[in-house]
Amino acid sequence: MALNGIQIFKMTPKKNCKECGCPTCMAFSMKVAQGAMDISACPHMSDDALASLSEATAPPMKTIKVGTGDAEYTLGGETVLFRHEKTFVSKTRYAVNVCTGMDDAMIDDVLEGAKKVDYERIGERMHVEMLNVNYHAESGADKYVATVKKAAELGKTLILGCKDVEVAKAALEVCKDAKPVLNGADASNYEAMSALATEAGVVLGVTGADINEIYDTVAALEKLGNKNLIIDAGVKSIKEAFATAVQVRRAAIKDEDRTFGYPSIVNVAALAPKDPYMQAALASLFTMKYGSIVIMSEMTYAEALPIYGLRQNVFTDPQKPMKVEPGIYPINGGDENSVCLTTVDFALTYYVVSGELERSGVPCNLCISDAGGLSVLTAWAAGKLSSGSISKFITEEVEPKIKSRKLVIPGKVAVLKGDLEAKLPGWEIIIAPREAVQLVKFLKDLTA
Amino acid sequence: MPFNQKPQKFNASINTVEIGCGDKAIKLGGESVFPFYTFDGPIDNAPKVGVEISDMGLEGATPEMLAYYGEGASFADMAKKAAAMEGADFVCLKLEGGDPNGEDKPIEDLLAVVKEVGEAIDTPLVVEGCKNVEKDSELLPKVAEALQGKNVLILSAREENYKAVGAAAGLAYSQKVGAESAVDINLAKQLNVVTTQLGVDAKSIVMNVGSAAVGYGYEYVVSTMDRIKGAALSQDDAMLQMPIITPVADEAWSVKEAMASEADMPEWGSQERRGVTMEIMTAAASLAAGSNAVLLKHPQSVKTIANMIKELV
Ligand code: B12
Ligand code: SF4
Repeated sequence: MALNGIQIFKMTPKKNCKECGCPTCMAFSMKVAQGAMDISACPHMSDDALASLSEATAPPMKTIKVGTGDAEYTLGGETVLFRHEKTFVSKTRYAVNVCTGMDDAMIDDVLEGAKKVDYERIGERMHVEMLNVNYHAESGADKYVATVKKAAELGKTLILGCKDVEVAKAALEVCKDAKPVLNGADASNYEAMSALATEAGVVLGVTGADINEIYDTVAALEKLGNKNLIIDAGVKSIKEAFATAVQVRRAAIKDEDRTFGYPSIVNVAALAPKDPYMQAALASLFTMKYGSIVIMSEMTYAEALPIYGLRQNVFTDPQKPMKVEPGIYPINGGDENSVCLTTVDFALTYYVVSGELERSGVPCNLCISDAGGLSVLTAWAAGKLSSGSISKFITEEVEPKIKSRKLVIPGKVAVLKGDLEAKLPGWEIIIAPREAVQLVKFLKDLTA
Repeated sequence: MPFNQKPQKFNASINTVEIGCGDKAIKLGGESVFPFYTFDGPIDNAPKVGVEISDMGLEGATPEMLAYYGEGASFADMAKKAAAMEGADFVCLKLEGGDPNGEDKPIEDLLAVVKEVGEAIDTPLVVEGCKNVEKDSELLPKVAEALQGKNVLILSAREENYKAVGAAAGLAYSQKVGAESAVDINLAKQLNVVTTQLGVDAKSIVMNVGSAAVGYGYEYVVSTMDRIKGAALSQDDAMLQMPIITPVADEAWSVKEAMASEADMPEWGSQERRGVTMEIMTAAASLAAGSNAVLLKHPQSVKTIANMIKELV
């Protein structure tokens, strides 16, 4: 349970020596209670007090690191249940599943397929970050180790889905330095699995027959001293996996039950085998509600484009709209004689429109006026993108630098054409299509 | 110590709004838990899936949709097929051809389509206007009149035209009123307040609080719905307890991910599949955020989302 300032104060040395940077021990205690400072900032705290306080003032959900180097990811560490309350800090990561029950050709196909999606969206690299390597007992340990080795070559963070201690040990031998997740503990094997994970220095995934069993196993693991854990929401049914994922997160954050203060794994490949459409629906559901790692059968562009877009949206800071600087952006070697197009300074809009302009290969100038960082229609409805704002920007910023007198406006604000013609004598105002994707053809026709 | 399960029990609930008549009538809302939180309490009325058809026929339809409906299908045929789609709970007729900046079809023509569809099916019906506020102020009251007795949901009354649309649908012809606002909890509430002040029963209102495709400003949609459901349930805010309906197809199928051709984006693969996953993922996210009904158009999306709902409730 969280402690208040007074409870913490009782445990401080009450020296008021200011070494923590606070004027008094009381002030320090208040800050710790709010989560603004860490208890370790006081050098005079007794070991006993430190131990009990660091436990009680620890954040509700642990931050767990998996992988190494470029493939290192931070999971968990959330402090809220809804994004408007603060910000979600650790994005959902997606894994593709290979299983040693597949034949070799299929395994190669899946691994090859996991590499295919790799692109950038508003400055963020989008790709499959992890691979789940599932152990199929009948296919034996050797095949498992060989598959793990092969999968490790992709440089993605591995999840070892394996409940057999001996097999897991052999697999860890070949990949432990890359800090995989060993997802294999349950009520029957947690002691041995925990020893294995601790020795290898990797995160341990825990599951169970139901949420109560998971809880008990996590508690038992913590008692053994292992707090480097991830909770697997299970694959019994979609309904139960959802109930587990939500209740684990809620217990940790709302009810401050730290036994459930760990990130989660949801295996939608196993929840909806052979149904990529249902997996798509579930990947979206669990990105919204509390999946830290989501395992899918495959990630083609069909799944990737929407799921990474959703993730980027859900994990942005609600306090900070993403904006670009107003100005003239030459594209494809655009110069003073190239056609001008105008849009708003919302980062997403800029990204979408400039991407299409680049694809067209047509030299042009993208003229971005200050629209408060809002999308085209939002800015228009808010009065921040108007014939006045555009014409002002064009006369003040564009006319002195650009000789072309052709201005293309977004199709969604076609209504501005008349006013713009009146306010910008000498300019030809051209209405573009509504969606940026139609720009390539439109520009080619325009400049043909 | 065993896990201490603490269900979030609210003393408030989302209003139950019935659409349609007879055996096939559907109920939206009624729950007093967060979306799909059946572990906290029962959800008697699972979220519903509506299938969109348009007065523009199969314009812009994908090959699979064309195959499903059959080229040259009449409006009555399309309505029947939409109603029979696996997973469909209701049909939504969009009158987009009425838009003065588009086809600008006369109101009489649109009413003829409305009547044809209304007569063809006994599945609950939602009718969506052309989105131009002036045209809709004229068109939607007539739609409400033409479908009298069928208990349809009229989409939608907005800030600019709620008096005309809300009064006709909600008062004169006892239909259900869709109240549409732009991704903001305060705007949503304000519209409900003024609409009820007209005399429309709060329990005859369904909200469309705005939508977007995932990746396109969708975070605002999520937060708006999260906050609305939060206020409705934990603060018992009667002006936010209306069930939510979210149009998904329009948004999902008009972004680049769904529109770019295979010739343009060869590495992206099948265009149809891209559109379908865009629609499915946007719908799933909307339901997770609190939509009580989603409007979809592709048979694969309708089937998948209906299945997901069935699995969860
Ligand atoms: C997210 C959102 C918001 C967010 C703002 C986020 C932001 N940074 O813009 C918030 C919640 C703050 C918001 C507020 C408002 N919003 Co708002 N919002 C939306 C929403 C859901 C998505 C917008 C979005 O991000 N689109 C994605 C971007 C990429 O789209 P885009 O900029 O238009 O760019 C596309 C095209 O225009 C094209 N394009 C862009 N530039 C160019 C240039 C050229 C040359 C070409 C060819 C193409 C092109 O490319 C892009 C992709 O194709 C839309 C509904 C919707 N689904 O669109 C409503 C919407 C835009 N909002 C609307 C309204 C009314 C408002 C408010 C005025 C409400 C109010 N009364 O307070 C406020 C105003 C804000 C303020 N006062 O500060 C209305 C506008 C109605 C209208 N037709 O005029 C909409 C359409 C909702 C609705 N149906 O009512 N909104
Ligand atoms: S450093 Fe410790 S003892 Fe000194 S003022 Fe801060 S809390 Fe008190």
